[in-house]
Amino acid sequence: DLQSTAFLLRKRWTLYSVTPLYKFSDAHLRNYARLLSAFIAAEKQKGLAVEIGIELDIKVAVSSLPDLKGSDQDHAAILVQLLSRSPASSKSSEDKLIWSGWFCCVSGDGFPENLPEDFTCLPLFLANGAETYTSIVGSWFQKTFDCYFRRLAISPLSLSWMAAMWTGCKMGKTASAIELIFSVPSLPQPLDISYAIHPEDAKALWDTVQKTPGEITQEEVDIFMDCLYSHFHRHFKIHLSATKLVKVSTSIASAHCEGTIKFLQSQYLTGVLMLLTELAISQIQ
Amino acid sequence: MQQERSSQTPKQPLQVRKSQTDLSAWRKGRTTNGEKSVQNHQSPDGQKNDSEQGSFEQALSYFKKVPDRVSLRKNTALQKSLAAVETIALQRGLPPEGFHVLLKVALSGKLADAVNARLLKCLVPASVVPEGAVVSAVSLLCVSKCSSNVQLLFIRWLITMFDYIDSKEQLHALYAVFFHLLQDEKMCPYVCHLLYLLTRKENVKPFRVRRLLELQAKMGMQCHLQALLSLYKLFCPELVTITLPGKTKNFFKNSEGPWKAAMNTVRQRNFPVHQPLLLGTAQPQSRKRKWNAQLIVPASSTSRNNLEENRGSHVDLYSTSQSFPVEQLQTFPQLLHNIHRLEFPSQMASVLTNPLLLHYMNCVKDESVYLRLHFWMSQALQEECTWCVADNHQNEEEFKIFLETIYKTECFLQEGFSSCEEFLYKSLPLWDGVCCQSQVLKLVSWIPLRSFSGMKSQLYDPLAQLFFTSSLYFKCGVLESLTELLQNWLNCHMFCPDSESESQVHSLDTTLSGLLNALAELINFVGRISTAALRLERKSSFLLHFILSFYETVCDIYLRYNLPLLILPPAGIFYPALLSMSPVILNQLCYLMYRYRTNLVAAKKNELSKKKSLQFKISSQTYREYNQYVIAMVGCLWTSNVFQKDTHPQGLRMDEELLKATAVQDYKTSFNIVYHPAMIGYAVQFLQQAFPDEATLNFSLIKGKRWNWYLEFLYAQGLEGLKAFIESSINRVSRAPHGKAEDHESEDRV
Repeated sequence: DLQSTAFLLRKRWTLYSVTPLYKFSDAHLRNYARLLSAFIAAEKQKGLAVEIGIELDIKVAVSSLPDLKGSDQDHAAILVQLLSRSPASSKSSEDKLIWSGWFCCVSGDGFPENLPEDFTCLPLFLANGAETYTSIVGSWFQKTFDCYFRRLAISPLSLSWMAAMWTGCKMGKTASAIELIFSVPSLPQPLDISYAIHPEDAKALWDTVQKTPGEITQEEVDIFMDCLYSHFHRHFKIHLSATKLVKVSTSIASAHCEGTIKFLQSQYLTGVLMLLTELAISQIQ
Repeated sequence: MQQERSSQTPKQPLQVRKSQTDLSAWRKGRTTNGEKSVQNHQSPDGQKNDSEQGSFEQALSYFKKVPDRVSLRKNTALQKSLAAVETIALQRGLPPEGFHVLLKVALSGKLADAVNARLLKCLVPASVVPEGAVVSAVSLLCVSKCSSNVQLLFIRWLITMFDYIDSKEQLHALYAVFFHLLQDEKMCPYVCHLLYLLTRKENVKPFRVRRLLELQAKMGMQCHLQALLSLYKLFCPELVTITLPGKTKNFFKNSEGPWKAAMNTVRQRNFPVHQPLLLGTAQPQSRKRKWNAQLIVPASSTSRNNLEENRGSHVDLYSTSQSFPVEQLQTFPQLLHNIHRLEFPSQMASVLTNPLLLHYMNCVKDESVYLRLHFWMSQALQEECTWCVADNHQNEEEFKIFLETIYKTECFLQEGFSSCEEFLYKSLPLWDGVCCQSQVLKLVSWIPLRSFSGMKSQLYDPLAQLFFTSSLYFKCGVLESLTELLQNWLNCHMFCPDSESESQVHSLDTTLSGLLNALAELINFVGRISTAALRLERKSSFLLHFILSFYETVCDIYLRYNLPLLILPPAGIFYPALLSMSPVILNQLCYLMYRYRTNLVAAKKNELSKKKSLQFKISSQTYREYNQYVIAMVGCLWTSNVFQKDTHPQGLRMDEELLKATAVQDYKTSFNIVYHPAMIGYAVQFLQQAFPDEATLNFSLIKGKRWNWYLEFLYAQGLEGLKAFIESSINRVSRAPHGKAEDHESEDRV
């Protein structure tokens, strides 16, 4: 369902890996929201106690996104939203969304093996909004479900995979340029090189590299990137292979090595999430 | 110690309560002691005491029927009585029966405020305060006959004397009364303190929480309210949420001021050993946790996961929850009494710093317990590792402490964590061998025993690389750690020999052959790196000591651990040790050979006694090798024929011509317990003692009877290994005092 996940697009999400949640249950989402909102209030006004269940400045909504999963074994994604209550005077206006975060697992099959029932595996967490809220919400989940949040960086190798995979996706005429950003190491001043390629040119190159449609190998990704590097070298005499790939932007999504991602196409959302789930799982394994 | 205790987390409330209870135990002891000291008072001023006692009793009976509104200034009877009470109270403390009378007077409002205050200030118990007196005082308090200052003073007195009240059941029944007093703004801080001492789980009710929150809204952030609310949260986390600020501070104002001096006097008099009174100045622990940037082992706190279950059923109004909060767990007896209703903390990692929970963990066989700890620990180790994560060097100290904590936990549980094992495999190839050196090497010693082929590439190879390129001390550190590792593996086999049933998680190959292969692989690995290290470090005695210590475990495996495994040190270790300049090393080698002999003899005997062939037995190659070594040793230490008789391919056998070519005189006798470079020092010492007048040392004098004396002399120097070796492995044919006995003697082979 493209509608239900449209709100996840065009936002920059910070990525985290999360170890399995202990004794998490879908049946108690509303109760979690109640406890979390009291926790946020208590954290924000350290020293003042907060009664649980009363109306507070920040409202928490915890809900399930049943469509956001890869297979039946996956647990449905869980969305956490922090809403700032509108002042009583302007009743008509809606509560303002100030932070959101979601846990998901897309085709995280069989990880980890033989996990007891008490554990819920949602290895990928994506957050958008002020980091103070991420920290409060994360701490609460860590305390309540005995899990561990860790920033998920994306290695240059994974970025080059993303570049190749996303180049190969059919986008029609709306496709925008593929942009790769490289950072030159060991310089007193940071120097970034932006390398933009017309999507059709990139797709044509990829099609000559990829042997079997629907299947990608590391060798093909390497060849693809090497072709782009040698093309660049011919024009600018700069060896990009000596620099570090830090960002990949395509019409599908854009990813940064520091561990942020922006989804741009609903239809490819689960595909990208599958790759990110894999990265998250390899970080917690 | 007590200071530390009272400077912890919000769970503090309970600790304060606890120390209060402790005191009441002390009080019982003191009661008898106190009475005795009063009775046995035989001092010269005994008479004075008697008269004071008399006037005190008079004073009490005066106060019993004191008329209304007597002025102190005009009434000498009152003056005298008050003085008498004060004298006794401030010196010896009041007897229990005095409290009824005096509290009643002080709170009835019959007398002036100043008198009431003086009376209250002298209510210092000699032993205990009877609960009944306190209860009737509270009822007087409620009718508000006395002024608010007196009321306040009474509450402070109650807090100060809380531990001296002989029973508190009726007082607990008055909880609602005290709670009602909260509304008095002046009294509120002290009432909070009192409630803090009194509160039990069943006292925490939603309406009380709401009342406290209202007060908080009215008065703002107040330490005493924070303290009481955090205690409420501790008992019923589903009703209230509070985060205490990071700064440590006192929760409560000091109440004991007016009584402190008198109580000290009385206590010192009645119970001379100084025991500081512990009243609750609980401080919340600093809990600064930067989001995902700082390593902190979480504090134990009760799991909130049970909250959802009783949601909607008006939590705890009727049901008495059976679980015992981990925050309350302070002592081993508590653990034993509550083990059936104990719950693990919400964050399993907190067991790392809680030995009591580790005990509990040890007896609970729940897979999820280990999984939770595993997930947390593997992430924390990876994220904080100072040599795997760039720019993380400033946290080295913190990481060291963390690794140390894990190591201690492993020692406690007597088993290694798989998360730690994986961490070592991942990080050893990147390790410089310097960062957190001792901690990493300690953790290596707890790598669980596995018989998978990956051990070589994941542990031995990276370790060998560091070993060869690092200092002598690092080498010794590695050897020490591998010695521990071997011992841990052997112990693990000893104490859980058949863990097949639980081995699914650990994929441990528990068959005997798997175990033997893994052990042999480790021993051979140590043999190889030690041989090479001895060459690199020019046969350092220091290094040899660590190598031989490893073999001290190896040589006894058959007898001590009942495993058919005996591996001798390679020649590259044996000969450097045999020819070492250090008597310590030679002695250690002798001991080793003696233990090898004992084990081999036992193995042989065992094999012969059992009719059917054993599946695992010591190979004949091992016996042969041992015999070659023992021939070389006896030749080197006893029969002086090592150059002729040593048959080991890497041994000391040399052709006569070659030996002549060295131009060394008496090469034949260069090696025995007299001439061996490690022993010659002893020989010199022996000769100096035996022939103090001789100017030159004549070593050839040591023979025959003197040879035996020399042996006794050596044994007396503490060369126990040498003694054991000579007594077990040398077949002394002739014990005749004359003649060259050693020529007829030979090594005793196995």
